[in-house]
Amino acid sequence: MDDLLVARSLFGTTMAFHIIFATIGVGLPFMILTAELLYQKTKDQDYVVMAKRWTKAFAVLLGVGIPTGTIAGVQLSLLWPGFMEVIGRVMPLPFQIEIYAFFIEALFMSIYVYAAERIAPWMRIVSLILVAMGALASAVLITNVHAFQGTPAGFRYENGEFLDINPWAAFFNPSFFVTAGHVALSAYVVGAFVVCSVAAFKMMKHESGSRVYLFHQKALRLSLVVGGIFAFLTAINGHSAAQYLHEYQPEKLAAAEGLFETQSHAPLAIGGFTDRETQEIKWAIEIPWALSFLAGNSFDTVVVGLNDFPEELWPPLFIHTLFNAMVGIGSLLILIPIFMYAWRKLLKKKHYPKIMLWTLVTTGPLAVLAIEFGWVFACTGRQPWVIYRILSTAESATTATNLSTLFILFIFVYMILALAVVFVLLYFFRKNTELDDIERAEKKTVPLFSSNS
Amino acid sequence: MANALIAITVLWGFVFIYAVMATMDFGAGFWSMIYINRKKTKATDIANRYLSPTWEVTNTFIVALVVAVYSLFPNAAYTLGTILIIPGSIILLLLALRSAFLVFSNIAIEYKKPLTYISGIAGILIPGLLISVLPITHGEFVDYMNGTANLNLFRLFTSPNVYAFIGFAISSTLFLSSLLLADYSKASNEMEAYRVYLRDGKILGPISLLMAFLIMLTLPNDAEWLYNRMMDDLPLLLISVGFFLIIGIGLYAPFSFQRGVKGMPRLSVIAVTLQYLIASYVYGKAHLPYIIYPNVTIQSAFTDPNSFRAVFITYIIGFAILFPGFIYFWSLFMNDKRYLRQKVK
Ligand code: HDD
Ligand code: HEM
Ligand code: HEM
Repeated sequence: MDDLLVARSLFGTTMAFHIIFATIGVGLPFMILTAELLYQKTKDQDYVVMAKRWTKAFAVLLGVGIPTGTIAGVQLSLLWPGFMEVIGRVMPLPFQIEIYAFFIEALFMSIYVYAAERIAPWMRIVSLILVAMGALASAVLITNVHAFQGTPAGFRYENGEFLDINPWAAFFNPSFFVTAGHVALSAYVVGAFVVCSVAAFKMMKHESGSRVYLFHQKALRLSLVVGGIFAFLTAINGHSAAQYLHEYQPEKLAAAEGLFETQSHAPLAIGGFTDRETQEIKWAIEIPWALSFLAGNSFDTVVVGLNDFPEELWPPLFIHTLFNAMVGIGSLLILIPIFMYAWRKLLKKKHYPKIMLWTLVTTGPLAVLAIEFGWVFACTGRQPWVIYRILSTAESATTATNLSTLFILFIFVYMILALAVVFVLLYFFRKNTELDDIERAEKKTVPLFSSNS
Repeated sequence: MANALIAITVLWGFVFIYAVMATMDFGAGFWSMIYINRKKTKATDIANRYLSPTWEVTNTFIVALVVAVYSLFPNAAYTLGTILIIPGSIILLLLALRSAFLVFSNIAIEYKKPLTYISGIAGILIPGLLISVLPITHGEFVDYMNGTANLNLFRLFTSPNVYAFIGFAISSTLFLSSLLLADYSKASNEMEAYRVYLRDGKILGPISLLMAFLIMLTLPNDAEWLYNRMMDDLPLLLISVGFFLIIGIGLYAPFSFQRGVKGMPRLSVIAVTLQYLIASYVYGKAHLPYIIYPNVTIQSAFTDPNSFRAVFITYIIGFAILFPGFIYFWSLFMNDKRYLRQKVK
């Protein structure tokens, strides 16, 4: 592999790994907060137990999320020094403000976990709100850098020089709100469906109607409500994200939809694989006129095709598949909660058949996959640019060579961390069963939150 | 010029805060490993009690530091990123193992020992590698070929000066953390742990001082410019060494200050912080205006003035918001008798 490809693969691997823990790290505190608030409202101890168990899981995930994030942050300067030089000059604010968000999350996370029993209940809620806000703010701010990469603003670029720099205009670049909104909403989707997966799995393992079964049923319902609402909001917002592509990065939208010829009344191709030679999408379902309507709210909208751009500026064409996979999963995650609601409320069924529970188990992994597809689509679809039409990826890469050894080392360490985190989670929750925690919560003599073993 | 000077002062402040916090952090992890088999002294529990709530906050400072470098001196970030790819990546890998296994060791109680060993050993290597960034910025290990900078690893790791820096980093990590933990155990009323850490402090203090002298002794060979400029501030250096007397009183004083307890670790902690502050001021001042000698200076690397103003404003607002949070955190974990004196399970 040439050095540029290794650098890209190394960074992509780091991000793909970090993003799993980071996204759950944004979504899970929101679920914990919902459970704590539900407890205040219903006084049902089960919600405190949920909050405690999710907090433990969150603390373990932080053990990987924080170091991998640190790697991501530092690797950005090590692998893409040219990119960070520009970012430092023009767009330093998101990273800078993100530090404060990290501090807030770190301080109040420790307070929520290690001082839970010593602070007043309202202070516990405040700490938790601050943790959730800190996590959300980190996601929004880091995404802002990504938004800037797609729609750079706040400077004039002439003869390789950056003039008239206005860092706040860069901060509020055109796609900031849409992109950050999409990432935040989708993180809540992931948090909810990860909980849903575990709850459905546990329901299969316990007898219908048992204490533990009912506990997980409550968690399942909570997660389906939250997950369904946010999946719907994610799709609405994703539609705006696509319209932004139409306006600001037309070649990315063209590649995402596999459109070669510029046209009005453009068709929407669902599924299939883009073929560069014949300039068509194989095995796709075509809906006439739909793409024009989606891009500009009218069938007359002219959608730009790839042939309007020199071929060396085309993004890789496989992003069509990634985009479809993300949207497909997103649609599924809206339909599943609706179906479950109908099953219980309209058909008045009390029992969940096994195949239904298995379907629910897959939702968490699917949501994480949607995140991965979305990011690879967004970053790879921007190629060959790191900063759209300003700085190319090749120009921004490190001049260091022989990165392959490092690449292997990083993969090796990520594998160790992945195995260890799964092992530790399984170990912990096997040692501390739901029943143990429910008993602790009922007795109140043993502290619930600081109970570790 | 004035702005660049403010910026480098902010950066230096971050480096100093991180240096002190990181020595406590990595040192505490190491002690928690060393005393893991001596249940009775509670030395491990004390180290963990300090470490559990603080490591995350400490880690955030390293991120703050990196962000400060590229948002204040983007040009230096380019060269630093290029030459630090190998040492930087190794630090990152060790840091990942260290943080993750530190968390895991507190959750998977049955496997505490092996997990603590991994995080303790990874942790104590990190300060040694982190400090190697300083001699790298002295310039003599960087080669320039067709305009791009390259780190010469062979020369780096055959330089006695680099080893003096590494030895200093590791010994002062252990020294500062044993002082802090001595103070922490005293506040927690764990007198056995206190005596253990006080003894460690007594041994490590002189070793750290020796290492500091070794750095100065080997420095002229590698970076004479720096040595000469530091010597211009000889009086300050002597004052810094003089603080060792106060540290010594806190550690070795044969009489007891209160309640029949010998030693006054808090005095030593404060004195050692002041000592490092003065020494690093002298070092930093001598290093100016170079960020990487001789090609990258604070002026040549400085960011755009508009960006600097915006970043500086966020520093002020950010710290105004965070300050109460830090105070609250401190009062809960450093100053709350219920936390410090909790029964060990
Ligand atoms: C649970 C995750 C998830 C789900 C269900 C969806 N997305 Fe998404 N999408 C993401 C998670 C995500 C993401 C990982 O968060 C991305 C990557 C970059 C970004 O801004 O968000 C993303 C990017 C992204 C982009 C590219 C933005 C860019 O390149 O700048 C578009 C156009 C959409 N999405 C559109 C949609 C639509 C129309 C969906 C309909 C259901 C959808 N997404 C569901
Ligand atoms: C939001 C903050 C992010 C920023 C600032 C960012 C920035 C970058 C940069 C500078 C590159 C290198 C240039 C390139 O090859 O495009 C890159 C590539 C890449 N990023 Fe992102 N990225 C972000 C988020 C993510 C996330 C969360 C993922 C998760 C999957 C991701 C996946 C990738 C991949 C796979 C590549 C390699 C692209 C390729 O091989 O073509 N990125 N990103
Ligand atoms: C959009 C994708 C991302 C999201 C949602 C996200 C979110 C988060 C969150 C919530 C944390 C806190 C730890 C946790 O809960 O696991 C975190 C940690 C971190 N992230 Fe990410 N992040 C993303 C991408 C990135 C990128 C591209 C970088 C690098 C530039 C980065 C740098 C960091 C750093 C440095 C930390 C550690 C902070 C600390 O030491 O406290 N993140 N991230």
